[in-house]
Amino acid sequence: MPEGEFRTEAGLVVERCYGPEHSGPDAFARIGEPGEFPFTRGNHPGGYRDRLWTFRQYSGFGTPEWSNERYKLLLEQGGTGLSVAADLPTQIGYDSDDPDVEEEVGRVGVALDSLADAEILFRGIPLDRISTSWTVNGTAAIMLAFYVAVGAKQGVPRAKLRGTIQNDILKEYVARGTWIWPPSPSIRLIADTIEFCAEEVPRYNAVSVAGAHFRDAGANAAQEMAFTLQDAVTYCDEIVGRGRMTIDQFAPQVSFFFYTHNDFFEEVAKYRAGRRRWAHIVRERYGAEKPSSSMFRFGVVCGGWTLQARQPHNNIVRVAYQAMAAVLGGVQSMFTAAWDEPFALPTEASTTLALRTQQILAHETGVTRTVDPLGGSYFVEALTDEMEEKVVGIMADLEARGGMVRCIEDGYVQRLIADESAAVQRRIDSGERVVVGVNRYETDEPVPALEPPVMDDAARKLQLDRLAEVRRTRNTRAALDALAGLRAAARGDANLMPPLVRCVEEYCTVGEITSELKDVWGEYQQPTVF
Amino acid sequence: MTELPVRVLVAKPGLDGHDRGAKLVARALRDAGFEVIYTGIRQKPEVIASIALQEDVDLVGLSILSGAHLGLTRKTVEALRAAGAGDVKVVVGGTVPQSDVQALLDMGACAVFPTGTPIESLVAEVRRITGAGAPSTN
Repeated sequence: MPEGEFRTEAGLVVERCYGPEHSGPDAFARIGEPGEFPFTRGNHPGGYRDRLWTFRQYSGFGTPEWSNERYKLLLEQGGTGLSVAADLPTQIGYDSDDPDVEEEVGRVGVALDSLADAEILFRGIPLDRISTSWTVNGTAAIMLAFYVAVGAKQGVPRAKLRGTIQNDILKEYVARGTWIWPPSPSIRLIADTIEFCAEEVPRYNAVSVAGAHFRDAGANAAQEMAFTLQDAVTYCDEIVGRGRMTIDQFAPQVSFFFYTHNDFFEEVAKYRAGRRRWAHIVRERYGAEKPSSSMFRFGVVCGGWTLQARQPHNNIVRVAYQAMAAVLGGVQSMFTAAWDEPFALPTEASTTLALRTQQILAHETGVTRTVDPLGGSYFVEALTDEMEEKVVGIMADLEARGGMVRCIEDGYVQRLIADESAAVQRRIDSGERVVVGVNRYETDEPVPALEPPVMDDAARKLQLDRLAEVRRTRNTRAALDALAGLRAAARGDANLMPPLVRCVEEYCTVGEITSELKDVWGEYQQPTVF
Repeated sequence: MTELPVRVLVAKPGLDGHDRGAKLVARALRDAGFEVIYTGIRQKPEVIASIALQEDVDLVGLSILSGAHLGLTRKTVEALRAAGAGDVKVVVGGTVPQSDVQALLDMGACAVFPTGTPIESLVAEVRRITGAGAPSTN
């Protein structure tokens, strides 16, 4: 960058000092009041005075028994919502006994093969009082079916269930990679879950359009927000285009999810700009009339790529700053990663410390006392405007290139992210971008000795035995009938959720359900851009 | 200096889809003068072995962030041997705890690059293992 010029990590120009000359004549109208369109200053007039964000630590590993124990620990320690980490076989649609996936069972999350596992996962956790978020995409509809079925067994009606399924497949094709079927049927299934939730599970967020994984794969903050909103537009276009539902019937159940990285004010501006942009899109593109349709509700994760293996305790400080930026940006739900994330799954101690980071922020720093404390700051408002403009520009480019699905299928989005990631790496390698403990203030601090939880043979056997037991004891005829019903529905255009719930209730497994749909829809073929 | 460019396969075995690191390494090796092929994510060890054979690569770099590095590395090494490509060098990168490094070396990996490894030392190590000379400057 030219000498004397300062820019944020996404390339927004930052002036030496800001004053009234940086806000246009209509600044107040553009910003609005908290709780009012376009919601720049937040969705609710009372902000965190009325309700704190949800402390929601992403967690889950090994067997449902282990994870159930960890969830109870987190709730006892003051966690206020659950966030299920499922293992990769569960997310991609393989059963634990599939020989191709034996290494991955219970590894990065909990193994869930059938309703029997989901019942254990939520044993003793009242689903009418605790909300549950699922970072599951390819198989999100199956997880939703599990939740509805477990709720029914606990005697909790569907209308009382709260939580979120991530259910955002488009970003999986670009980053993270838990795709199963091609885009078209996958988007159809997402639209089906959104319709189903609107009608049957009205307090459940049917989709959490997630920019987080674009970001951690290398996208900058503006790209993260733009790609995410463009994905959301793709889903809304699909549902509105079906003609069965208006935007006001489902938009209140659309939510968002992002990574909060280190550039403090840029992160604040990203959330304020995103909130305002989404409000305009929902009203102007789709003609929404209900105010709640235009509200941008989002969760965040702090940590990820920004966390370093070298001098790893520095990560505690990074996460704390990131968490504060998210709160000043008006977050609804937060996961703060543990400092040992670069090495392995968190220990009990490190995950508790990560939760404490949020609790200190909420109860000791005083940032919750007033709504949108940075609102009206000459700098923050100018940066919010600049961020929004940049987001609008990126979205227009994607639309001009045929929309998000096209831009993903031809690898355009992947290329943009890989380019950005490589550019950032060059800036780190050259020392232009400082990473404390990595390219400045380096030491020879040894890697810490950790004892992370790992899936052992006994746990794997427990999981495999239960799966075998389910296959042996279920009503085989009813299970096969349910699968046949699902297949028939997949060939037509009826909503797939009712037949899916039936499959789950008959103890069909995640792998069986996924294969059934693969037979009808085929599998996605990835481009390999680097 | 070797006469032909050294060929490297960057591969992601198993179900892990986090490929920021794999792509960065692929670019860095390409920039350093290697011929690089990237498999994409979610490849079976036998498929990686067969690509390695077909593409006649000198080295396979596995990138695994899911914690499944022990089993997947062992399977890939075995698959390479079974395919008659046992001479192909294997290196492993990703979220690998220090306590697993020796086990990976014992099962046939030539080097391990845990998260946080500087990219230049990774490139230098790959150069050493493959006997590739310094890149020509042009």
